[in-house]
Amino acid sequence: MTLTLVLMAVLMGGIALWLFRQSLHVQPWVAESGPGRSVPAPMTASRTGLGVFLAVVTSVFSLTISAYLMRREMGTDWRSLTVPGVIWVNSALLVLASLALQLAWRAAGHGQEGRLRQALLAGGGLTLAFVAGQGVAWVRLEAAGYYLAANPANAFFYLLTVLHALHLLGGLVAWGRVLVRARGGAPAVQLRPSVELCALYWHFLLLVWVVILGLVLAT
Amino acid sequence: MHEREYDASSQAPPAEVEEMELVHPRTFLGKYIWSQDAKVIAVQYALTATAIGLVALVLSLLMRLQLGFPNSLSLIDPGSYLQYVTMHGMIMVVYLLTAIFLGGFGNYLIPLMCGARDMAFPYLNMLSYWVYLASVLILVAGFFVDGGSSGAGWTLYPPQSITPGTPGADAGIILMLVSLAVFIIGFTMGGLNYVVTVLQGRARGMTLMRLPLTVWGIFMATVMALLAFPALLVAVLMMLLDRTLGTSFFMPEMLSMGEGGDHRGGSPLLFQHLFWFFGHPEVYIVALPAFGIVSDLIAVHARKNIFGYRMMVWAIIIIGALSFVVWAHHMYVSGMSPYFGFLFATTTLVIAVPTAIKVYNWVLTLWRGNIHLTVPMLFAIGFLFTFVNGGLSGLFLGNVTVDVPLSDTYFVVGHFHMVMAVAPVLVIFGAIYHWYPKVTGRMLDPTLGKVHFWVTFLGTYAIYYPMHFIGLQGVPRRYYAYGETTFISDSVQSLNAFITIAAFVVALAQLLFLFNLAWSYFRGREAGPNPWQATTLEWQTPHTPPRHGNFGEELPVVYRWPYDYSVPGVRADFIPQNVPPEAVEREAPAGQGGGS
Repeated sequence: MTLTLVLMAVLMGGIALWLFRQSLHVQPWVAESGPGRSVPAPMTASRTGLGVFLAVVTSVFSLTISAYLMRREMGTDWRSLTVPGVIWVNSALLVLASLALQLAWRAAGHGQEGRLRQALLAGGGLTLAFVAGQGVAWVRLEAAGYYLAANPANAFFYLLTVLHALHLLGGLVAWGRVLVRARGGAPAVQLRPSVELCALYWHFLLLVWVVILGLVLAT
Repeated sequence: MHEREYDASSQAPPAEVEEMELVHPRTFLGKYIWSQDAKVIAVQYALTATAIGLVALVLSLLMRLQLGFPNSLSLIDPGSYLQYVTMHGMIMVVYLLTAIFLGGFGNYLIPLMCGARDMAFPYLNMLSYWVYLASVLILVAGFFVDGGSSGAGWTLYPPQSITPGTPGADAGIILMLVSLAVFIIGFTMGGLNYVVTVLQGRARGMTLMRLPLTVWGIFMATVMALLAFPALLVAVLMMLLDRTLGTSFFMPEMLSMGEGGDHRGGSPLLFQHLFWFFGHPEVYIVALPAFGIVSDLIAVHARKNIFGYRMMVWAIIIIGALSFVVWAHHMYVSGMSPYFGFLFATTTLVIAVPTAIKVYNWVLTLWRGNIHLTVPMLFAIGFLFTFVNGGLSGLFLGNVTVDVPLSDTYFVVGHFHMVMAVAPVLVIFGAIYHWYPKVTGRMLDPTLGKVHFWVTFLGTYAIYYPMHFIGLQGVPRRYYAYGETTFISDSVQSLNAFITIAAFVVALAQLLFLFNLAWSYFRGREAGPNPWQATTLEWQTPHTPPRHGNFGEELPVVYRWPYDYSVPGVRADFIPQNVPPEAVEREAPAGQGGGS
């Protein structure tokens, strides 16, 4: 749980610091005409929403990883698994997907509809390829005798990778909606906020993937 | 008396908050069933939570019947008794309290009190309710499957919960786990809305430090729930894999009928850590909204500003943060290191400090206030008593040495029912009496309300106070029957019969409340827009009940905090948050006569 607690402490510390700045030197009982906006302009509702959602996802993964580390210490039956080679191909695909969406974000900012559509398509396609590649990895592991129920190391590997893939598939729903709008001829600038959310979400899941892979390799 | 600073300002320009596009459906289905209006969703949440809560209430009565008058009903056997224990606990904590505070009050009050048209993501908000409803239906399905619902206790500790022989270990537990996972997904959709609306949807001038404490309580509880529910989600998913696919996350190797099972080396303690990492913050997820609401009820009905507003806000935040580092005080008897126990006892007792600050501030708000003993105020004061009582027995249980002999006795049952069942429920009742006029446009009948309050308040004391004594005798909880035991005196049975009778009386009083809700909807006195003369924005809407979009053409502009009651030198005894300083009518200085 140490890991989760550290993350929680960082999150809570951030919230507390922000609140402290909002409440210091404020005398709430003094009436006056309100300041223009108490929320900084770059923070739109959907950006805040994504931020909060990423905090929830962080909590899910950090708790699963905490459980991973605790179960490894508590039992005597942990046998690490050998990661199949296809995992490295998958990792490269996910990095490329993240890059493609970054390019899409840039294209949307510059109003380049054609490039936006291409980059979006590439991002989604590479992600689908990643998920399919994970499927291949699971089949290979099964074939090599790393069954789900045979060892907690296997069970955690499947659990973490499936959770990660499910989050990507969820992201693909949002991506699909953006793509439909892009193909329907919506101007790139209008799509920018949505593309930006997709890109940030993908970068985050890439980071989660790096952590998961590092964890599995290190233990 | 010197002039207060609150009129030291000029007129503010009109609202700059971006307008949001709302979906305005025309059909009945669109308006009341598939609605994206947070107020309708709030009522849907509240009605569903109340309905499933009544099921849990009936289950508790069945348990009490067995304890007070053993074997009087053939329907109740040892297995079904355990199922009632489990379903009662799980429904009350998760599906009633969490849902009604955050889904019900959160949805209704956050947009109105912040001065927003609606939640930030109305479609997601609607989805949240329907996912919640699905989770309730999946849970209820447990009653009807082979083997019935799970009987593992609401904590669902493995290995017992999924070992053959435990009631509902076949299908009931699977439905319970799936239902919890679905609930968490639904809650996350709603929770995102509550947090983002508070952060982004506030009206112009509504700074964080001008938010009513109700919003603060619900906001912080939602933040905690968003971070804590994932622990339950992870635990539930892992247990589901243990049960269905034979993994060994939690399940150790066990012998059953001389034969070994499929599981090897799992750790039941791991589940306990995950469960209570969610479970303890859950107590405050329920308590913080209650703290917030009760602060507002006390301020409005005592016509006085809340004592120490900033302190109250910070106490909420500190309680929220601390509640994440106390979870292992639920595990003192699990065999963990005594040093660990000492650490958690310390953090547990430290929470008493911000909590006590809140209690003192409530009492100091009442001090020399113009107290109106309305029904909401009665419930708020009732909460103070019950909460302090339940909190004090918590100090006993927080200490390892005291907790060990009291663990799993009726002392624990008495404690947590006082502090986390009765106290928040009294606030829910108070809040319903307070806001019902805004939701329906009519007042609830005050006489029926007072009868409801006194029977509920005194009745719950009659139920839970004796439990502490039974617990001190060492009577264990969750037992269907006690058989021949030397350490339990005969008087325990008489007390149990008394408790059961009290429980039935309290349950009957709730029928009175339900009748009041239905009768007043059609026949209640017309409430008008602001029957309690309150300052917060929900009472300043142009229509009562508020229409979709909440406010008229323009969103309100906020000039002051929500606690301007009985301001010296001002003619009215309250100033709504959206009244500019120059529009406040003042009393003429002494000796001049006449008004201004």
